[in-house]
Amino acid sequence: MISEKDIWQLLEEVKDPEVPVLSVIDLGIVRSVKTDDDKIDIIITPTYSGCPAMDVISMDIRLKLIEKGFRNVSIQHQLSPAWTTDWMSEGGKQKLKAYGIAPPNPKQQFCKEEMFRQEAVQCPRCNSYHTELISQFGSTACKAMYRCLDCKEAFDYFKCH
Amino acid sequence: MSTTQLFSYTLHLADNALILAQRNAEWTGHGPVLEQDIAITNISLDLLGQARNFYQHAASLYNNFNEEEKDAVDKFIPRLWKEYNRELQEDDLAFLRDEHQCLNLLITELPKGDWAHSILRQFFFSSFQFYLYQQLQNSTDAQLAAIAEKSIKEVNYHLRWSSEWVVRLGDGTEESNQRIKNELADLWMFTGEMFIPAPYELVDVVSLKTDWIKKIETVFAEATLEVPKQSWMQNGGKEGKHTEHMGYLLAEMQYLQRTYPNVTW
Repeated sequence: MISEKDIWQLLEEVKDPEVPVLSVIDLGIVRSVKTDDDKIDIIITPTYSGCPAMDVISMDIRLKLIEKGFRNVSIQHQLSPAWTTDWMSEGGKQKLKAYGIAPPNPKQQFCKEEMFRQEAVQCPRCNSYHTELISQFGSTACKAMYRCLDCKEAFDYFKCH
Repeated sequence: MSTTQLFSYTLHLADNALILAQRNAEWTGHGPVLEQDIAITNISLDLLGQARNFYQHAASLYNNFNEEEKDAVDKFIPRLWKEYNRELQEDDLAFLRDEHQCLNLLITELPKGDWAHSILRQFFFSSFQFYLYQQLQNSTDAQLAAIAEKSIKEVNYHLRWSSEWVVRLGDGTEESNQRIKNELADLWMFTGEMFIPAPYELVDVVSLKTDWIKKIETVFAEATLEVPKQSWMQNGGKEGKHTEHMGYLLAEMQYLQRTYPNVTW
């Protein structure tokens, strides 16, 4: 027997394969954990529809639990309510910044379809807000590319969603 | 809402996303600059993810159908799969259906053309998806509603990006302006199909047209482009009648699964 609380704690050790400083808990993609005798039911939600990390994450969760001796595990994907960067933990945001990726701004600021809207994104290296968008799309679905006009470094921004 | 209708509609939504994902993916390594190459292929990836969600839903609906329901949608089921003796899966629907079984809009299958062509097509399509998914979120089918709720957040970015590019090209240089005007003349006749309802559609697409036109007009005004007066429109994709480009697209996309059935890597 393992408690649900212990499983949540174990999941802290499962990292996002594309942003390895973030755990699946930091990302806010674990929606529920239930135990019933030796059976464990976990519900996760994808960040983006086409995110290739999701299959790997499911597998890594399974492997982590097998490693601790739990084999009767069901992992379901659930689309609604849709994942938002607002579910990312504060700790996760700090870890992102330390890793060199600007953490997402609060969603209400900017998440619309209107053209040419500017968003204040802080450079994760020198903390300047004097930055500009290079491209709304970056190396993974969840990131945009920015450059800092003060320290001149280009950086990834985990865009709000 | 009949189960046949729900299954066909889910396929239509999946095919739209998959076929445009395939076309946009042709830009991989060919974009005008690296950042925009990455942008349009990111959009391709989002669309592919949406297509997977719809195909998974369609396959799961089919696997739970009774015999009568299965017969009713048999014309959409790939012949090759019937020899496999296993449950229907998302990949069977994507990689084994023939041209006349595909229900995507014609605009999604047109060749990628030049940058202006792909940009304008994306703008027309993303504007359509934006209003469509808003409605689909209210679907009585919980899974379709959930996919729409998830996908519309991605479509926000597609719409913003393609709108900005329409303005950049339309209100850019003499050449970019001429190019997007040429593409507008070619593409416009493929936009009408979005609003001509097919019997299986569960969203009233006619009602989306007002908002769609308003969006086009707003962006075109910034881009110094005019909405064409031409009213004759192509259609047929929703019923499986495609342009001459579709066969070539499927041949390339489906080649591996047809040559080596059930191959994985």
